Amino acid sequence: MFAACPRSAIEPGEALRLDGPETQGVPIAVFRTDDDEFFAVDDTCTHQDASLAEGWLEGCEVECPLHASKFDLRTGAVDAPPAKQPIRTHQVTVDGDTVFITLSTQAPNLPPGIVPGGLAHAPGGQA
Amino acid sequence: MTVPPRRVAVVGASLAGLSAARALRAQGYAGELVIVGNEVHRPYDRPPLSKEFLGADHHLVELSLEAETENLDAVWHLGVHATGLRPRPEGGATVVTDRDAIDADAVIIATGAAARCDMPGVGLPGVHLLRTVDDAVALRADLHRAVESGATVAIVGGGFIGSEVASTARKLGCQVTVVVPDDVPLRAALGPYADAVAALHAEHGVTVRAHSRVLGVRRSDDGGLEVLLDGADPVPAATVVLGIGAAPAVGWLTGSGLDLHGGAGDAIQCDESGATKLPGVFAVGDCAAWFDQHRGRHHKIEHWTSAKERGAVVAARVLGAERLPTCRPPYVWSDIYGKRLQLAGYRELADHPDTLEATLEVGSLAEGSFAAVYRRGGEPVAVLALDQSRHFNQIRRRLVTPAPTAAQGATA
Repeated sequence: MFAACPRSAIEPGEALRLDGPETQGVPIAVFRTDDDEFFAVDDTCTHQDASLAEGWLEGCEVECPLHASKFDLRTGAVDAPPAKQPIRTHQVTVDGDTVFITLSTQAPNLPPGIVPGGLAHAPGGQA
Repeated sequence: MTVPPRRVAVVGASLAGLSAARALRAQGYAGELVIVGNEVHRPYDRPPLSKEFLGADHHLVELSLEAETENLDAVWHLGVHATGLRPRPEGGATVVTDRDAIDADAVIIATGAAARCDMPGVGLPGVHLLRTVDDAVALRADLHRAVESGATVAIVGGGFIGSEVASTARKLGCQVTVVVPDDVPLRAALGPYADAVAALHAEHGVTVRAHSRVLGVRRSDDGGLEVLLDGADPVPAATVVLGIGAAPAVGWLTGSGLDLHGGAGDAIQCDESGATKLPGVFAVGDCAAWFDQHRGRHHKIEHWTSAKERGAVVAARVLGAERLPTCRPPYVWSDIYGKRLQLAGYRELADHPDTLEATLEVGSLAEGSFAAVYRRGGEPVAVLALDQSRHFNQIRRRLVTPAPTAAQGATA
């Protein structure tokens, strides 16, 4: 678990992209919904290289800014192609004013051509 | 239509047709579904064709629009050309193809558009159009050859395709000249903000031949090609890309009784949810001009997201749904020199669509990073951004749809 950001760093309905060493080479998007819930998923769409933090957040779903596939932030499930793989979700804990993230132990579903930065033999990486 | 159709034929197997077919099933349609596509390929994604699919890492680009497990329970006729439409007295129509004839209670026409090619020299070897994956594969081979030989790639066209191909070709290492009708590429689409894209072209060493009227392409004395310009020296090149727009693929509908003069150009005229004047015949995507109540006239939207969203609308219409899905304001994006350009809403309906002072909100042209808001009566109706996705999204969420304009003509 690591401290991701202060609560106030993200306005309701918005997202923050984390790309520091704590994400272990796979950038994370932290969302704060209009209902004031926090969610964290891998930031890169499973279809093509697009940042979900730049996507369209509606309720608990984020829509990819490129092809409009929607991911459920609670489960990572995708609604319709062209994205076909679910997005990996991370556990979020809000303690006081700090948002903490526990990284998933599952392999990320990165799109073709994208490998975890700095990880030479990461699971899920492409040759 | 109160009785659901027993057979629906979707003519066109790209994004609009696939989205309509998918939406029919999602909305509970259980009857026969026939999909006709003139390319042999399963539905694929076109935006990457002018971008990363031409580049060095093209083998990593995933073009398929379908999931492996997806099953629409449809009969696919791929590599089949629709040649005519015969309306039936009881509604619906018979779709005549170069293979057979398909009788359907409802027909959704989604044949899209074809790259415009009305220019002398189009058929010469080394002269490329870019619309299909086959076009892109052929162009890619020539671009990679041009890197080896150091020969110039000339790109004709001041639109998004021209600037995207220029960016991709330059990244590959090609010498690139872009030939445009205005002072800079994308002036018509972006107004003053086109200067930021022009700066990127200059920074990356792309030559722009401005204010050029192209007369055609011909083989030069040395065996290469040259792009002939009106009143200016020709542009010598080994490879020429013509990005001069697209025309609705509706030639096969001549004589069908459909009105083919919707919007600018010859698109199928439809009402505000895709119905044509023929009962049981609908149209969606680049081949169709739906009545647009915000503009008060028929209008063709050639955007990826609209093709997708409107598929659900036309499906609901085919099935006689009481409530139709709503579409968001149009949205388009482009990737140029690693920067993302995004445009949403109704820029042309703004009070000051071409004034920098009235629209610039964040960043600047000089920084190559900005967000601009277009307003009508003080309300935001469109947003344009370069490398400012976060601001773009914040503004996009606040966009209002302009009040309907009084109709200038009856709906289809």
